[in-house]
Amino acid sequence: MITLAHIYILVGAFFAAVSILSALDATNPRRLSNFLFWGLLATSFLAGAYLGDLGNGLLALGLVIVATVGLGQGKPATTSPEERRESAMKRGNLLFLPALIIPAVALGGTLIAKETDWGARLIDPSQATLISLILGASISVAVAMLWLRPPLIAPLHEARRLLDAVGWAAILPQMLASLGAVFLVAGVGQQVGALFSEYIPGLEESRTLAVVAYCVGMALFTIIMGNAFAAFPVMTAAVGLPFVVVALGGDPARVCAIGMLAGFCGTLMTPMAANFNVVPANLLELPDRKSALNGVIRAQIPTAIPLLIANILLMRFLAFPS
Amino acid sequence: MLVLLGIGVVVLGFVLRANPLLVVMAAALTTGLAAAWTPEADVQIMYAAALSTLAAFGKAFNDNRYVSIVWFVLLAIGLLERAGLQDRARILISRVKAATVGRVLWVYFVIRQLAAALGLTSLGGHPQMVRPLVAPMAEGAAEAKYGELPDRERFLIRSHAAAADNIALFFGEDIFIAIASILLIKGFLEQSGIIVEPLQLSVWAIPTAIAALAIHSTRLWLLDRRLKRVLAKPEAAQ
Repeated sequence: MITLAHIYILVGAFFAAVSILSALDATNPRRLSNFLFWGLLATSFLAGAYLGDLGNGLLALGLVIVATVGLGQGKPATTSPEERRESAMKRGNLLFLPALIIPAVALGGTLIAKETDWGARLIDPSQATLISLILGASISVAVAMLWLRPPLIAPLHEARRLLDAVGWAAILPQMLASLGAVFLVAGVGQQVGALFSEYIPGLEESRTLAVVAYCVGMALFTIIMGNAFAAFPVMTAAVGLPFVVVALGGDPARVCAIGMLAGFCGTLMTPMAANFNVVPANLLELPDRKSALNGVIRAQIPTAIPLLIANILLMRFLAFPS
Repeated sequence: MLVLLGIGVVVLGFVLRANPLLVVMAAALTTGLAAAWTPEADVQIMYAAALSTLAAFGKAFNDNRYVSIVWFVLLAIGLLERAGLQDRARILISRVKAATVGRVLWVYFVIRQLAAALGLTSLGGHPQMVRPLVAPMAEGAAEAKYGELPDRERFLIRSHAAAADNIALFFGEDIFIAIASILLIKGFLEQSGIIVEPLQLSVWAIPTAIAALAIHSTRLWLLDRRLKRVLAKPEAAQ
């Protein structure tokens, strides 16, 4: 049976290969940083179970230090823009097919592992989606290799090209999930929740009030921080779980899924989300690109506010099944 | 109340544009130290608190490794990009024959949202699609209809091109079961002792995705009406 432990070995080997290729890339002036960063991440995947809690903490600290010092961007061998255009013309829409294998296998594998006996013997049903996702990506790579016949090392070079473009942000969601755990131990959620219930009377009795507080809180906190991923652990521990879920009977999966999307409405309204709202204003040479409410944000606010209201209504009417 | 200092560190760090990974680690340590602090606490106690916070963070980091396995998918996406995947998407978009700004942006919105829902978040984006293709196509549609555009409307159309990309991405990607935000939710709930499957989360992103499509379609329809009102020549209006 394939379990998550096997998947971690495969993904760890992937990051290790990226790390070694980074070290060999003389075009990257910061190649040592890239080697260390991806190498530490590979170590986490391959040996995290044996490092102990403090060892893993030091590993995370190491990743933070390397990322703060700064990663560089390598220049792996790839095809030229002309070659790509030519290949796109020649191969047509069939090019989308290997990419669609990934969600198809992820979904199919999940269903097979959960619904059939032989599937459950093949794929660990408790982590079926994650395992199926990696299987889907592997099958997609195999199909693309057989069809396109690139050099054998090409997938690693291409993945490194994209991974270097993402940079340290690749581990931000994992780091934020870990911060959520520390907040949980320290009781941050309870404290913020206490503040909320002090200023909003009736929060523990009214589903409507609790849903509004959680969704609006997610959006506002995201506006301040520019990142819904960072707002999520705080607001969910403060209002989402204690009030909407525990006190008032909300379904945790539905509450959290819609709560995150309420946060995304905040992302649309803030110049703090530079990647999404400031970078395009610069790229499109908008005259007001330096102002806090540039044209992109002003174009988004009239969609973001009705959508936030829609999220509040959806959570209120869908998240309380009983 | 002192434990709230950690949230203050997060807010301050993001406002100051410090490296977010550094902000997260600083917030975790601040929270752990604040929780342990009493007026009697000496250096030794605080040092022990720092170590135990680092250990708690390390345990969570190790438990949450699956949040970062999504990058393995780049092996496949990179390989296909090498063979012209993005170029193919560009060809597909550029073949769109739509008469108005709103319709050009609407078709792009729908394609972008569907692609993101299937995990293909890289088939779009501001440098790859909006600047070279979507914005010029939308401007072109307006110019073909109304002639030379005043600056105000030109920039309004460009802003809407960027907005269509962002909104379609945000409210499409969570339908894909293995996007970082879904795995972050899974990880967070697991810390609190609630086990959910990614599929359980992503199906509940579908109602909001439909609401986003409905609301933004209306906005693009209104954009067309506004452009017509402002730009249509007086003789054409009669």
